[in-house]
Amino acid sequence: MVSIPSRHKSLALLTGVLLVQILLLAVQIKRDSHGRLIRVWAIGAVSPVERGGNWGLGKIRGIWNHYFALQSTQRENEDLRTENDSLKLALAGLQGKAAEADRLAELLKFRKSQDKIPMISARVIGASAGTASRAIEIDRGERDGIRRNFAVITPDGAVGKVIETFRDTAQVLLLTDKEGGAGAMILGTRTQSPVGGNGEPYLVMKYVPNDDAVNVGERVVTSGMDKIFPRDIPVGTVTEVRAGNPFKQIRVKPAAHLDRLEEVIVLLTQQPLEFSKDAGSQETPGTRTPNSSAANPPAAAVKP
Amino acid sequence: MNDTFELRGGESHIEVHKFYPGAILGITILALIFQAAVPVYIQRMEILDLPLLVTIYFGLSRRNPSTGLLLGMVIGLLQDSLSGPTVPLGLYGIAKTVIGYLASSIGSRLDTEHPAARFALVMAFFVVHQAVIVLIRRVLLAQPEPWVNWALLIAAAINAVVGVFLFVVFDRLRRNS
Repeated sequence: MVSIPSRHKSLALLTGVLLVQILLLAVQIKRDSHGRLIRVWAIGAVSPVERGGNWGLGKIRGIWNHYFALQSTQRENEDLRTENDSLKLALAGLQGKAAEADRLAELLKFRKSQDKIPMISARVIGASAGTASRAIEIDRGERDGIRRNFAVITPDGAVGKVIETFRDTAQVLLLTDKEGGAGAMILGTRTQSPVGGNGEPYLVMKYVPNDDAVNVGERVVTSGMDKIFPRDIPVGTVTEVRAGNPFKQIRVKPAAHLDRLEEVIVLLTQQPLEFSKDAGSQETPGTRTPNSSAANPPAAAVKP
Repeated sequence: MNDTFELRGGESHIEVHKFYPGAILGITILALIFQAAVPVYIQRMEILDLPLLVTIYFGLSRRNPSTGLLLGMVIGLLQDSLSGPTVPLGLYGIAKTVIGYLASSIGSRLDTEHPAARFALVMAFFVVHQAVIVLIRRVLLAQPEPWVNWALLIAAAINAVVGVFLFVVFDRLRRNS
């Protein structure tokens, strides 16, 4: 064993005795507003350690949160991304429903304006499988009173006619089909001529003599001569007029949006309808007719 | 504790004195009683610090730092106890512990038998004793206390004079070698 020199022993003893007496003093002394001195000393001794510990723990926590805990952050990020995707899908669904609500509201408005005309609304549930024909399938059939050759329209204008009926569904041939068409006339000059499709998005007015004046932008409406469509249903707008042999070559942009039909109206009669003045030339909610012109003459009120 | 022996440090040799049994205890008690009782009747006697003189004397005589500091601590704590509620336990205890240690440390190196040396040592120890008390009061107790003034020096001188004579009396309590 290492022997401790007596001088060091006495120094250690002195230190110990003094410390004990200082502590004895501290226990007795009470400072104003600080409590007993021993408490002041204890707090003073412990506080730096606490502050240091708190600082160190804060640093460690910061390092952990900013670096090592990024794994959970990444997981949260992935979860949030997944949630964001699902929310986007939900939003798209809601936007679709809102657009559908707008369309249905427009349809309902049209029906209310024609409350004396028997008609039935239908939802488009299918389309032709190929490009050879332009037809759609609706969710109304014989049970709903649908029969062949009933006219199908939208609030914007003529769509086509029913060519086949089933118990609960029916097929509609669009005006743009090669076999499709309707009796029509130029609204301004009352020049009559059938319009039909050629498989393209636009219609063709077939039998207008070269002598008849037809201008681009003129509106075309049904003439009622086909015994399918009532008179004065908007068909479209003239977009191109060329001289032909022996008839003019006139292209008509359909008033109805035949390429994106979702709800249609099946007329259960040939009784003439009364379209609003803007029908066929004005934009409807969510739709646009680029070639419509404000200068077009309004559709005349249809006589009952 | 009944023998007298010598400390050999270098070329000099210094005696370590022994006292009759009970001498240290008796003198300590008497000094404390005197310190506590006499100033009540003679206020000027407050200037004397007999417990300090006893601590210095036995520290110088015993020449053992451990014994000296323990004796100083005991005397100081007893003086604290007798000093009333305004003096916390440990005030004189710390001061006399330091003095006991210093006295016995110096006593083991110097010849402290000469009256002049005793006068100087008592005066110095008295100042150191007061300095420690002032330090404790100012630092630990946060009490305003003047450091050095003429009253301190006068008190130190008076205690030194008294100490020189008192130590001669105490010398008679030593056991012969």
